[in-house]
Amino acid sequence: MIGRALRAYPTLLRVGLSEVVAYRAEFLVWILTTNMPLVMLAIWHAVAADGPVGRFDQKQFTAYYLAVLAVRLLTSTWVVWQMSMEIRDGSLSSKLLRPLHPLVAYSAEHLAAVPMRVLVISPVLALLVFVAGDRLALRDPTMVAIIVASLLGAWLLIFFTMVLLGALAFFVESALGLFELWLAVHAILSGYLLPLESLPTWFQGIARVLPPRFMLGFPVETLIGLRTRSQALVELGAQWGYVVGFFFLSMAVWRAGVKRFAAYGG
Amino acid sequence: MIEPPISTSTSTLPGAAPAPLAAPSLGATIARYARLLRVQARVAVISAMQYRADFLVRGSIALLWTGVTLVPILVVYGSRKSVAGWSFPEALVVVGWFTLLKGILEGAISPSLTAVVEHVRKGTLDFVLLKPADAQFLVSTASFEPWRVLDFISAVAIFSYAFRQLHRWPRLSAVLLSLLFLGVAVLVLYAIWILVVSAAFWVVKVDNLSYLFGSLFDVARWPINVFEGALRIVFTFVFPVAIMTTFPSLALLGKLALSDAALAVVGAVAFAAIARQVWMRALGHYTSAGG
Repeated sequence: MIGRALRAYPTLLRVGLSEVVAYRAEFLVWILTTNMPLVMLAIWHAVAADGPVGRFDQKQFTAYYLAVLAVRLLTSTWVVWQMSMEIRDGSLSSKLLRPLHPLVAYSAEHLAAVPMRVLVISPVLALLVFVAGDRLALRDPTMVAIIVASLLGAWLLIFFTMVLLGALAFFVESALGLFELWLAVHAILSGYLLPLESLPTWFQGIARVLPPRFMLGFPVETLIGLRTRSQALVELGAQWGYVVGFFFLSMAVWRAGVKRFAAYGG
Repeated sequence: MIEPPISTSTSTLPGAAPAPLAAPSLGATIARYARLLRVQARVAVISAMQYRADFLVRGSIALLWTGVTLVPILVVYGSRKSVAGWSFPEALVVVGWFTLLKGILEGAISPSLTAVVEHVRKGTLDFVLLKPADAQFLVSTASFEPWRVLDFISAVAIFSYAFRQLHRWPRLSAVLLSLLFLGVAVLVLYAIWILVVSAAFWVVKVDNLSYLFGSLFDVARWPINVFEGALRIVFTFVFPVAIMTTFPSLALLGKLALSDAALAVVGAVAFAAIARQVWMRALGHYTSAGG
């Protein structure tokens, strides 16, 4: 089973990549949709014009939101839309017939978009280095390793969460409604809208340990030098703990869902 | 998407079936379209009432999003008394307009126009074009989401809180002017949507464009003054969120300069006229995909 998946994976990646290239206009529009960090950056810039807000001066806000933009663009996937659509219109059945786990196929398809995403975010990263290069935690090789591991962890955590939410379409009709609920919660808890540090202390305490932060806020804070090495290491452990947990949870929901799946057409 | 079958829509419109030879008078046309609007709205409400559980889920999501909208404002004003010349209650008035417009956008504009994109892709737009009424009118009123009324209630709550904080109530003339601006804002919003939908006739897949539209509209929750340089120009002239929420708020606060107001009205009408032209060209471009 695993050997077969491994053998198929390079081909799947190639197919995924050519799909992204084929729909490049759509892909670009999709990228432009992630403009909230830039808007929030403009607003905080106006706010911090007359002095820093807490630890954050104008430069720190710039670093924060550019990093949020880069990490978000790098790690987001659209698997939840795809799954809920394929489950509802029955086209999932053709995927189930293949001698390959559908989730492996999904993961390849979305992983294949990463090179294109790197291409898109490279100007953002260049700007980040140009504006706040002295604040980035890139001089310490251990920190660089932690950042890379945290990005991989964030991608996996987001992917499994999306699979979990997408698989809910097996059980309820308005899975996308639930997804919207998740988006609202995620926007606040992950640090996407606002740096967690700008929120009330009691709220920060809760948000710091919940999964959404490990999908975005944690890699961002580590990258722009807001976490010390020991803090980052502990949190990396927590992140991968969540990755394992969400893997098993999403698999369980998927398996239960496929059992009730009555495919129509497709 | 529930669409009234062709037969019912013509039978409820006695004047429509035999095409009149002479052009009907303006009054008769307006009356006919008003009747048509009533029928479409009734069908939309009936079909929405079929899914009462959905009503609750979506209603609570709408309320939750209003809450999420408020968080950044609360946090920003937690650290400053005034941002770019706007005090907290004044910024709340902008959020109120944003919530109101979001309700109109997602309750009355987007659902219909999203359906057009689907029509174009599948070729079922034929059925709309065959009906004896203006196609733009028909597709724009095809569906409503009545639960979005909740947004109106949130908006009124936000307005009343903001004006209590200001310790004064808006003057009647200010309310009237801001209502005029509400009309202008809806017109602009609708015109941009029509432009987006027209793009569907050329590029077919515009689901992404509608998401882009939604994400840009989110900017409207902030007063335009917080943006500087290029962003200010983009959000005033290209995607005019300034006209959508900042101007009505200024009007309600009694701070809008009359010259700005006049310019905005002229701009909005021109925008709508352009959108109409583009829509007509787009229709001319339509080649059915054969249902």
